[in-house]
Amino acid sequence: MDFQISMTGFVALYVFLLAGFAGWVIIGHVPAILHTPLMSGSNFVHGIVVVGGLYTLLGARTPTEQAIGFVAVLLGAGNAAGGFAVTRRMLAMFQTAEAKPARAKPRHHKKG
Amino acid sequence: MLTSLPSLVIGLADLAAAFLFLYGLKRMSSPATASSGIFVAGVGMVAAILASFLYVFDVVEAARPHLYANIGLAVVALAIGGGLAWWSGKRVAMTAMPQMVALYNGMGGGAAGAIAAAELFGNRTSGATELVVTLLGALIGAVSLSGSLIAWAKLDGVINKPLRFPGQQVVNAMALVATLAVGGLIVAAVFGIAVPLLSLPVWICVFFGLAILFGVLMTLPIGGADMPVVISIFNAFTGLAVGLEGFVLQNPALMIAGMVVGAAGLLLTLLMAKAMNRSIANVVFTNFGDAPKQKQGAIVGNLKPVQAADAGIAMRYAKSVIIVPGYGLAVAQAQQKLFEFVKLLQGAGVVVKFAVHPVAGRMPGQMDVLLAEAGVPYDMIFQLDQINDEFATTDVALVIGANDVVNPAARTDKGSPIFGMPILNVDKARHVYVVKRGEGKGYAGIVNALFYGDNCDMVYGDAKVALVAMIEAVRGLTAAAA
Repeated sequence: MDFQISMTGFVALYVFLLAGFAGWVIIGHVPAILHTPLMSGSNFVHGIVVVGGLYTLLGARTPTEQAIGFVAVLLGAGNAAGGFAVTRRMLAMFQTAEAKPARAKPRHHKKG
Repeated sequence: MLTSLPSLVIGLADLAAAFLFLYGLKRMSSPATASSGIFVAGVGMVAAILASFLYVFDVVEAARPHLYANIGLAVVALAIGGGLAWWSGKRVAMTAMPQMVALYNGMGGGAAGAIAAAELFGNRTSGATELVVTLLGALIGAVSLSGSLIAWAKLDGVINKPLRFPGQQVVNAMALVATLAVGGLIVAAVFGIAVPLLSLPVWICVFFGLAILFGVLMTLPIGGADMPVVISIFNAFTGLAVGLEGFVLQNPALMIAGMVVGAAGLLLTLLMAKAMNRSIANVVFTNFGDAPKQKQGAIVGNLKPVQAADAGIAMRYAKSVIIVPGYGLAVAQAQQKLFEFVKLLQGAGVVVKFAVHPVAGRMPGQMDVLLAEAGVPYDMIFQLDQINDEFATTDVALVIGANDVVNPAARTDKGSPIFGMPILNVDKARHVYVVKRGEGKGYAGIVNALFYGDNCDMVYGDAKVALVAMIEAVRGLTAAAA
């Protein structure tokens, strides 16, 4: 792990501080009309936990660790995929009166 | 040198993911760019997941014999978990969105808890800080898992009554203290300070059991009307748990994404609590439905029922109409009919706007989504602070399936449990029609003074039936004129 940055103590706290502040500022500007998609969108973002689950599973040394890692990846993948699917569906429905007849559908249909 | 290349790629992919998440959330902050925002964030997610498979070049010696099995398991877990969630996310009805978000959120919390469990059982943490952070993430993740599942069950109607018993707060506090105590014991045991009665793995199981129990106990007494706030809290919790486990795994992408969501969830929770004029502590620790029965101000006037057709025709001849939709509209599945009626009015030259209260629906902004689903353009939908002054100059306000959010007692009656909650000033419109299933009270169980006002008529019946009658009446008018 030569390139792995070791983050301990205060460096981690700084990362937490700045990330928390960024989240606060970005969400603070979202109009109330988008609160539901936003909640499910941020729900999708913490689906990144699946990556943590993958580390746990790929580095598993015992059947117990394999089982726990499997559950972690299973749940994390569900969080990410489900969050994406519902957020995309909701956001695709928001449109103005003018833009409506022409392009009512989202451009790409991404495969799962 | 050979092994360092994969970790460099992983590092870069995670960096890209962190950036794409932030950029995607930023794009989600406006309706015009929002749908591209989720794609941006999705690209980041796929990149991070693919890159994490490069970790196989870096695993510890003890894991090497299991590597191929582990890769296989990972692919299977991704396929099953991702596939099932994708399938359900595609099919879920828009009205069922809150419980679906709760469910996905619980899964995230569970995943964070599982990562912590692997760290704890495998005794992989080094140092007191890491151990404490792992335990904290485990606690928050487990609470989020069980709490979200309870929230899901409540919203889905599996559990339909808040469970309350005397001394509940004390029991809940004891469960939390016990969890923390067992956590402390685990720390002590790992560092060989205390001699525990049970073996370490058993204590870890007890720790998770208590944390899950606390999540259940904490959520059970909270009423259905408060679930939006609760889901938002658990969303923030899961974010926090993911961030903390990210620190343990030394993965900046998890740390950043988790903490961004943690902060965002906290802000959303505060906004929602503010919209209901309550503090978060008030939502979580007091039982709204059980609020002491204070004397409400006496209400003068009568309920005046009218036919839906008459109300429809009156609106056809109004200059301006503001529609206030509530969850009752969605229950009746009448959004499409409502928009059809609105288009008829617009065709006749009536200016129509929608006024949405921040807590309309079962999660904040859900009513906006439900209207958008029916095809209502978002520039016709206005939020409370944008439109509240307009009621005074509006001919007709049409309230469909909403109750507490238009109750003027929130402004005038100090004895009312909802006093101080920001409401839509529907009563100030020249005339008000209320479409309602019956004479029952709203979610909060409070009598609504609006309904007794001189300028208010009641249309009793199912929202869909009423709207169909209105549409037919207005169409009949046009046909007769032609």
